[in-house]
Amino acid sequence: MTQITTIPGTKNFVLPEEELVYSGSVSCPGCGAALAMRYALKALGPKTIVVIPACCWSIIAGPFPYSSLKVPIYHTAFETAASLSAGVRAALDVQGDTETTVLAWAGDGGTFDIGFQALSGAAERNDDFIYTCYDNEAYMNTGIQRSSATPWMAWTTTTPVEHPKEEPKKDMVAIMAAHRIPYTATATLAYPEDFIAKFKKARSIRGTRFIHVLSPCPPGWRAEASDCIKLTRLAVESKVFPLYEIENGEKYTITVWPKKFVPVVEYLKLQGRFRHLTPENIQAIQERVDREWEKLVRKAQN
Amino acid sequence: MEKVVTGNYAVSWGARLCRVQVIAAYPITPQTSIIELLANFCAEGELDARFIKVESEHSAMAACIGASATGARAFTATSGQGLLLMHELVHWAAGARLPIVMGVVNRAVSPGWSVWTEQNDTLSQRDTGWLQYYCETNQEVLDTVIQAYKVAERVLLPAMIVLDAFVLSHTSEAVDIPDQDRVDAFLPPYRPQLKLDVNDPHAFGPIVAPEHYMEMRYKMQKAMEEAVSVAQEVDEEFGKVFGRCYGLVEPYRLEGAELALVTSATITSTSREVIDELREQGVRVGLLKVRLFRPFPATAVRRALAGIPKVAVIDRNISFGHGGIFAQEVKSALYNVDGAHRPPIFGFIAGLGGRDVTPASIKEVIHTTLANDAPPEEILWIGVKK
Repeated sequence: MTQITTIPGTKNFVLPEEELVYSGSVSCPGCGAALAMRYALKALGPKTIVVIPACCWSIIAGPFPYSSLKVPIYHTAFETAASLSAGVRAALDVQGDTETTVLAWAGDGGTFDIGFQALSGAAERNDDFIYTCYDNEAYMNTGIQRSSATPWMAWTTTTPVEHPKEEPKKDMVAIMAAHRIPYTATATLAYPEDFIAKFKKARSIRGTRFIHVLSPCPPGWRAEASDCIKLTRLAVESKVFPLYEIENGEKYTITVWPKKFVPVVEYLKLQGRFRHLTPENIQAIQERVDREWEKLVRKAQN
Repeated sequence: MEKVVTGNYAVSWGARLCRVQVIAAYPITPQTSIIELLANFCAEGELDARFIKVESEHSAMAACIGASATGARAFTATSGQGLLLMHELVHWAAGARLPIVMGVVNRAVSPGWSVWTEQNDTLSQRDTGWLQYYCETNQEVLDTVIQAYKVAERVLLPAMIVLDAFVLSHTSEAVDIPDQDRVDAFLPPYRPQLKLDVNDPHAFGPIVAPEHYMEMRYKMQKAMEEAVSVAQEVDEEFGKVFGRCYGLVEPYRLEGAELALVTSATITSTSREVIDELREQGVRVGLLKVRLFRPFPATAVRRALAGIPKVAVIDRNISFGHGGIFAQEVKSALYNVDGAHRPPIFGFIAGLGGRDVTPASIKEVIHTTLANDAPPEEILWIGVKK
């Protein structure tokens, strides 16, 4: 039978009160990444060091001499979130601090593309940190260029509507699971109980932990800022972004089984980046999403 | 304790004696034996360090930056292409003011593939904000690792210990390995004022507007300027404790010389022999070894060359479109100083890609310089097939 298990801590869920993100950050209205950090730190608590490579959060975290976080931040080069975090962890360990959590916090460009080698290296070594990719599906900080996380047929400034992206999104979660790291999970904003439970669970595990967060970018997705949470709920209900976890690269568990399923068009139609799609395109996306969901359900059954 | 070790093992022993806490490194010929020996030290419990066996030199420096920023003494080693891959983070380490020490075995840059010695790999890091020491012997390599941590941790800039591929890296010499307790007394544990600390949270390296950025770079330059005197003091203190010191530059038989040869690294040792031989024949030649290249010890160079009619610089490197890099540096040190004596400077390029620089090559340099009032060409090539 299919593993559909809400993970511990999601029943009678109360959002932790502690705020480790200051109010008044410079994120865009409706930014998913800003809210994702707030949830993540609520789960992880103040004994957390955050490593941020070049990404939207390089801006959101505030310019010198300010910081939008109440925990330490190390800003680093685009491709080094994982490798720099490995160094932070080693230094903590050698000084006897095994309690502090190291959180690498990177966008999709820094994870799927330029930081991929360093991440794969750290995962193969099972370096001990939580790596979060907040995935807004393009290079948003530089102004909406395609990345290997950009969905098939999406508009970006480097994939104009006359020639939208022809390649499907890279399956980063499968790649991380293939490293057989102890914990891999997906999370998103409309499901804070699932999101926070996964970060808490990740915190309790040692080794490389990878959490893939779908993080809407209203300007980049050509969507309404007020639709940020709605978009993430529709992403789950349309099976575009299922919520699940993988332990040790093998044990798949679907953590949120939507109460209702919706066609992908419900998710796509709120986003101007998909406005040019033909009915045939939408049908093809529907078929791919259904196929991927069935594959996931099969993996969760094994 | 005296041991016969290669230049590479001298680097490893230096790092061990400094009780480095985090090592992140990637293999590359001819550096690899440095990190192999360190891996053994860690495996056998002789060195209490975390060794991160990263998947590239770029990640090696990133991990060292993370470790150093978290308050650990960090070490890596590389060579040639590995250093070039690391370049972005070589800048980062210096800009972040982290006293990382790195052993670099000079290796010629590709293409074509070469594993032999040449200085273009390290000299192309000249403007990154790292201290650079060029070493002549295996003993000097070991001693300089220890000195470099002390200087780096005082001025908060990283330091490279540079040694020639094979000529030092794989050549064994008798080296005195100092006692651990004496090194501990000389080099106390690294205790930075600021580090990544959940009990004292700060944000390191965020966006910096033009109103602040320039001041950060000004402070790096001030730290570099301070590093000249700190390196001098540390070398003298090292001499008092361990009985060996090297200077930032070393004048050799320059008294009454009509020609000063300027060299670095192992070309210096060969040059010493040639100077001795020619001095015996009555030729008035001497030598100036440049050990510290960044910060450039301009005052010491001017003082050493004062009153000498001619200077010949041997460069095992080239800045394409200009010439040998040490020659440029020596020239610039003599300019814009009131009353500075400015002899003609003959710039020779020799030994690129690991070609041997023999006593005959050095004699050719000396004879060419003595035979001409001024350099016949801006770049004088030794032994090149034109």
